[in-house]
Amino acid sequence: MATNDAAARPAGLNGALAPEVTMHGLQDEPKGWLAWLTTTDHKKIGIMYFVATFVFFILGGVEALIMRAQLAQPSSTLVSPETYNGLVSMHGTTMIFLFVVPVMAAFGNYLVPLMIGARDMAFPRLNALSLWLLVFGGIAFYASLFFEPPQAGWTSYTPLSDDAYMPGGGIDAWIFLIHLTGLSSLVGAINFVATIHNMRAPGMSWGRMPLFVWSILVYSYLLIAALPTIAAAVTMLLADRHFGTAFFDPVGGGDPMLWQHMFWFFGHPEVYIMILPAFGIISEILPVFSRKPIFGYKAIAAATVAIAFLGLLVWAHHMFTTPTSTVVLIFFMLSSFAIAVPTGIKIFNWIATLWKGSIVFKTPLYFAAALPALFVVGGISGVMLAVFPVDWQLHDTYFVVAHLHYVLFGGSVFGIFAGVYFWFPKMTGRMMSEGLGKLSFWVMFVGFNLTFLVQHSAGLSGMPRRIYDYDAALGVSDYNLISTIGSFLLGIGVLLTVINALRSYRHGKLAGNDPWKGNTLEWFVQSPPPANNFDVVPRVRSVEPMKDIRREIAKTTGTPAGSVAQPVGSAGW
Amino acid sequence: MIPRALPPRRSSTPRLVVLLAIVAGLLVALVASPAALADTFTPESGGSPNADAIDSLYKIILYVAIVIFLIVEGTLIWSLVKYRARRGGPQEGAQIHGNTPLELGWTVGAALILVVLTVVTFLYLGDIKNPAPSGKAELASAAGQFATIDQPNPPTGEDGAKPLEIDVNGQQYLWRYTYPNGAFSYHDLTVPVDTTVVLKLSASDVIHSWWIPKFGGKMDAVPGYTNKAWFKASETGDYIGQCAELCGSGHADMRAVVHVVAEGEYQDFIERKKDEIETAGEELAKQREEREQADSGEQGNQRQTENQ
Repeated sequence: MATNDAAARPAGLNGALAPEVTMHGLQDEPKGWLAWLTTTDHKKIGIMYFVATFVFFILGGVEALIMRAQLAQPSSTLVSPETYNGLVSMHGTTMIFLFVVPVMAAFGNYLVPLMIGARDMAFPRLNALSLWLLVFGGIAFYASLFFEPPQAGWTSYTPLSDDAYMPGGGIDAWIFLIHLTGLSSLVGAINFVATIHNMRAPGMSWGRMPLFVWSILVYSYLLIAALPTIAAAVTMLLADRHFGTAFFDPVGGGDPMLWQHMFWFFGHPEVYIMILPAFGIISEILPVFSRKPIFGYKAIAAATVAIAFLGLLVWAHHMFTTPTSTVVLIFFMLSSFAIAVPTGIKIFNWIATLWKGSIVFKTPLYFAAALPALFVVGGISGVMLAVFPVDWQLHDTYFVVAHLHYVLFGGSVFGIFAGVYFWFPKMTGRMMSEGLGKLSFWVMFVGFNLTFLVQHSAGLSGMPRRIYDYDAALGVSDYNLISTIGSFLLGIGVLLTVINALRSYRHGKLAGNDPWKGNTLEWFVQSPPPANNFDVVPRVRSVEPMKDIRREIAKTTGTPAGSVAQPVGSAGW
Repeated sequence: MIPRALPPRRSSTPRLVVLLAIVAGLLVALVASPAALADTFTPESGGSPNADAIDSLYKIILYVAIVIFLIVEGTLIWSLVKYRARRGGPQEGAQIHGNTPLELGWTVGAALILVVLTVVTFLYLGDIKNPAPSGKAELASAAGQFATIDQPNPPTGEDGAKPLEIDVNGQQYLWRYTYPNGAFSYHDLTVPVDTTVVLKLSASDVIHSWWIPKFGGKMDAVPGYTNKAWFKASETGDYIGQCAELCGSGHADMRAVVHVVAEGEYQDFIERKKDEIETAGEELAKQREEREQADSGEQGNQRQTENQ
């Protein structure tokens, strides 16, 4: 606060008065809901990101359950074919563009400044912009429920998505969703890059940066590399639909394959955009609960970068059945194989982190340890799909549906849940219930495997994906019934965590500053953190600054330190 | 103050045992599954040599995959069980930061496995991609070159047997087949047994994908392109499949059936089809002529009326 009281001014060199700082038009902070609408605080924005993305997660989950209910038995008439194709498109689009990608931005927004010892993101107003672009993208998309939802799948392949075959406005709503959420992610990514490059605490060199921050940095660069292509593609589709161009229309000399190349040039990096931050989350959680440093820090950071680079070179493995020459197929098979190596390195490093640990079994550890256990199934089936002659059998079947859910749900979503249980105490100041958390984990784990394991067999038996009905003669009825039962169990498991979060927000045990004995700087501040995060930013001497701080305190006070976070209102530590 | 972070060991053990039991149960099911259940874990096969080759390649990869799966899950579960925190045990785990030889070892190991998979894939690729020689002589053939994909033309079989070439056109929501003599049919394709059938795939509206699981891989029919697929059925019978690329509201109902019949039966079928189509065409032409005459007569009358 400015003051004119000369006596209160700090003295500069030689006893001269320091330059006076005067503030004009300083306004009080808005209160109540207005504080949330107008905020540029990365923590409040992060929490709103969480709320918005989890609302979309539940919507997407309900869409999935309606589909599973329809497929529980052959010749079911619960929904019409048109509605089913709408559900397919809404579910895929919602989960990818409105849940998994932005929820990673939610973690990033909340945690990156805290982990690197910054007081906010580099561009707080851009940060608010990216949140609201996401929200409005989601609203624009869901508004299509009131006229006609898109029915061409989350991939919107041309010519099916062209105006001749999908004249309704659903595809246009989808295009605007891609533009708005794309801009949101792009703005957010630039913000993360600027923040991480410039605002790290003193002493935090690249080799001491938390692995989660590494993953968010790589996530951001991948978004910047991949998003312009999809923005161009959907703009061309919009022009094809409304302005008489023929980029993708073979009748006008265009090429439907161009859409697939442009879409997957974005779409495959998108896969790594969705999984790498989840890898980052469990790379933070596993060491904390095994009471051990992460095994092979440099290898994990390097593997993250390698996966991202290779991820830009594998897109046409989604197009093995299109008219494409064999030499191209061989290239994309080999580049897809190559990705298995850095991914394998990460999995082995996580296991080695647990090895010889003193593992504390709390809910975040359950979810974090489930990630490698489930992801490896998706990774292995991914290598099978990369073998293009085998993919000719498996492509566009339920085998692919099973594969992508093992990496996206078994990988990303279990990682996200691990992160929610791990950082909820930091964000709210209260612990989530362990009993309910573990129950939720086991229900989800069993439900997930029931749902998706049998889908491999359904695909191998000849069931294509995206069909609203199947022939009883195909012999996949049992698989589908098991899958449907599993999916409702999975839904209950997710619901248990939602209930847990809502209850714990009011009634949870007080967490204190550092309930898990964490390794990174966010555990140095109060829970929830004060608006300015850090009164004094600690100097970072290793990749586990909190462990150093605890050790130092133990040395100076002679007693082992429990919770050492910055004292409330302290002038420094 | 020190939080009581270490749970009693009771709380974790039974769950991990259950987990182990589930994994073990799955493995037993996998290993002990009888031949009848084989297709639960492997692709459909038995209709055509390329489907069989895909099946063999898939099985080799699956065996490698099972070994990797067991190593990963085994070490993961073993680490979780063995190194769980015990009451009164050490507060901290071993402070290991890494082990370069070990890390290099598993990097090279993973790469080597992929090299092996690449070699195996190339060993099988020819049998899957290149059509087998046809077994029966005296079938019509066209030796056209295909610009879009490089599936070679099948070699001439014994006794100068030639492959049968059929144009397959995908439309919302049906398949149209054109036989070498100009006859065509919808939904149901009829082909002779023991003959290499080369399919030229095209689409006239949106993208469709041709797939009969027992005849091997699927291939997309993309508007503006000609794609190719082949099969050679060794036994007569009906083989079912369906469109594998989302093509609109009728996608799930876009089914296909291939009737594999004896050669004589096939010849009869296409002759009969051709006759039917010609008769129908003549009938149609006659009707059209009559209608045109009637129309022009009417129009002439109208014009006269207007003139008056």
